[in-house]
Amino acid sequence: MNLHGTPLSIVIFALFVAAVLFLSFFFARKAKSAAGYYAAGGQIHWAVNGISFAGDYLSAASFLGICGMIATLGYDGFLYSIGYLAGWVVALFVVAEPMKRMGKFTFTDALDAKFDSRGIKLAAAISTLVVSICYLIPQMNGAGSLVEPLLGLPHWVGVILVGAIVIVIVSAAGMTSTTYVQFLKGGLLLIFSTILVGFVLSRGLSTEPVGLESGAPRGEMTVQATDSQLLEQGYALLHTTGSLQKYVRDGTTTWWKREADGTLWRAQWTSDGVVNGVAGGVLEPVGRLRQIGGMSEAEAAAGTGSVGPLDFLAHLTHPETRIEQWQKQAVTDEKGAKYAVYTPKMVSGTDQMKPGVKFKVHTTTEKLNFVSLMMALFFGTAALPHILIRYYTVPSPACARKSTIVAIASIGFFYVLTLFMGLGAAVNGTVNPADNNMSAPLLAMSFGGVLFAIISAIAFATVLGTVAGLIVAASGAVAHDLMDRFGRMDLSDRQKVRAGKIAAFAVGIVAIVLGIVFRGVNVSFLVGWAFAVAASANLPAILMLLFWPRTTAAGIVASIIVGIVSSLGIILTGPEMFAGPYGLTAEQAWHPLGQPGIISIPLSFLALIVVSLVTKNRRVAVEA
Amino acid sequence: MLHGPARSSGPDPASGYKTRLGVVMFIIYCVVYAGFVMTNVVNEGRAMQTIVFAGLNLAVVYGFGLIIFALVLALIYNHLCTRKERELNVTRSEKGAGA
Repeated sequence: MNLHGTPLSIVIFALFVAAVLFLSFFFARKAKSAAGYYAAGGQIHWAVNGISFAGDYLSAASFLGICGMIATLGYDGFLYSIGYLAGWVVALFVVAEPMKRMGKFTFTDALDAKFDSRGIKLAAAISTLVVSICYLIPQMNGAGSLVEPLLGLPHWVGVILVGAIVIVIVSAAGMTSTTYVQFLKGGLLLIFSTILVGFVLSRGLSTEPVGLESGAPRGEMTVQATDSQLLEQGYALLHTTGSLQKYVRDGTTTWWKREADGTLWRAQWTSDGVVNGVAGGVLEPVGRLRQIGGMSEAEAAAGTGSVGPLDFLAHLTHPETRIEQWQKQAVTDEKGAKYAVYTPKMVSGTDQMKPGVKFKVHTTTEKLNFVSLMMALFFGTAALPHILIRYYTVPSPACARKSTIVAIASIGFFYVLTLFMGLGAAVNGTVNPADNNMSAPLLAMSFGGVLFAIISAIAFATVLGTVAGLIVAASGAVAHDLMDRFGRMDLSDRQKVRAGKIAAFAVGIVAIVLGIVFRGVNVSFLVGWAFAVAASANLPAILMLLFWPRTTAAGIVASIIVGIVSSLGIILTGPEMFAGPYGLTAEQAWHPLGQPGIISIPLSFLALIVVSLVTKNRRVAVEA
Repeated sequence: MLHGPARSSGPDPASGYKTRLGVVMFIIYCVVYAGFVMTNVVNEGRAMQTIVFAGLNLAVVYGFGLIIFALVLALIYNHLCTRKERELNVTRSEKGAGA
């Protein structure tokens, strides 16, 4: 599978970057004042702001991550879509208009509007930075991963490229240019995702998908065999570990997975840069339908032809439908060499289209983890600083409300599309078993180079738009919250803009360094961190400030600190960190919770209530 | 000290009404969302595989339903808020004219 950039993909990429930079310099004149730089002068139309919300929110995690998860795990990936969208209900009904009424440039402004407390300024700015950094790392890493196949450049070049472009966007015109870049990206993402889903439905379903023959990626048909057949073909069995068997023929290693009926399925493998026996090779894309429920084998091979969206899902949900799901297993051979072996597993439509592949709910701990994750997704969205600052770019609270509704419509529509894109990749042989993040671009590639080039450029744009929003939020926290208000530097309007630009440059450099340092590390959980920390540290403070008149400044500070410390503490001492970055085992973790929300969110509320009651004599009356 | 909205939007007489309405709608959605989460957890989520509509199972229908329900509630909320804003703004301007 050749994924290196074609001239077309490079041209489309260059055009997009040129358009983005043109927008940035075009709007630069509007960013002369602090209001212009940090809040686009509060003059963005609510409809534009709504699509910009989508451009800000639909990050690489949404587009690449969710589609990839659905492609490899089925319905479980869609749970993220549901949770991410549901969070916007909290934003609309509870947060949008009050945030607009109380704030000026940053989320900290709103929290501190009634108190003028240095403690709140410091705590909220730190929270903004922690959440933004957690969110930035996977975006930058994703940018590097995208640029590798798109432009044929090394990962680190991709990270620097993204960082440099975003620094220019943000430094040129702050929130104004960021808004229009996000509007452009959000619009393109919606349009071309719709087109891609249209192609998927038009192709329909088949065990032998048509349209994949012309050099486009085609999943290797899984090879089945028996022991005796392999021996007859000259294979020699060298090692058995669990259900995996290692054979060698003519010096070439192959791994096979034994099923309960004795059948062997050929697996794919990687070990020390060797892929399926080829040094520097690439894994074959996978993901096929093996049977379509209610159809004979011949009918299934001929395919359904063009299908409607409900028929598409109904065919895949049919209990007799069989779909390949590929799993990774780490094994050691007879010489002690380590292999990553990728094996197919046949799952029914019933299992593919219901929760339970990733998020198991058999034990109490698993149930708590699931509830905790869904809580963090639900409560996290309305507390993400880079989302909250977009409420200051519109003229009025009513416009804040309307733009949130546009965001719900566009983001909800996109998340519906993720189910079709993910499942489309799962059954069209366009899933890289080692990196499911490229499922959507690979699916596009199966429809030709033009769509691949456009989708890849848009995927790159998803990173640009989100990173720009994050850097605006983080630079606002540094320049406006910390330097100007906490540090009491009393900057003039012009100095505030200059400080913001310098902070954007500094945060951009930090993002570049982190993006390079975290290369190769599975950082997808960092987006989950961002939601968990935001839901734990920020949302209790926002809600209690709005609805509990006894809230004090000390209570808000306590809530933020307890939220950050407890959520990060639970994650850092939990099983995902021990089994992942620490290189230990999940059993060695201090506790079994992988998701902190169910503990840290109530703790943060409790801290606010207790400290507010204790410090009630210093309370400043809070207006309803 | 710069410490107010980037652009002043004036007093909003409908803010109390909108806050109450928002809380009610938030609670309604919370209950429906919690129902989804609990259906996934209770009895290992087996109910989610029940075919309920046009060959689709409860997991897909409930999931799509949550997304569509969010939009429907949002539109109702906006309609009611806008109506109240117009009503109170008209009342206020009439009072202003009579003063």
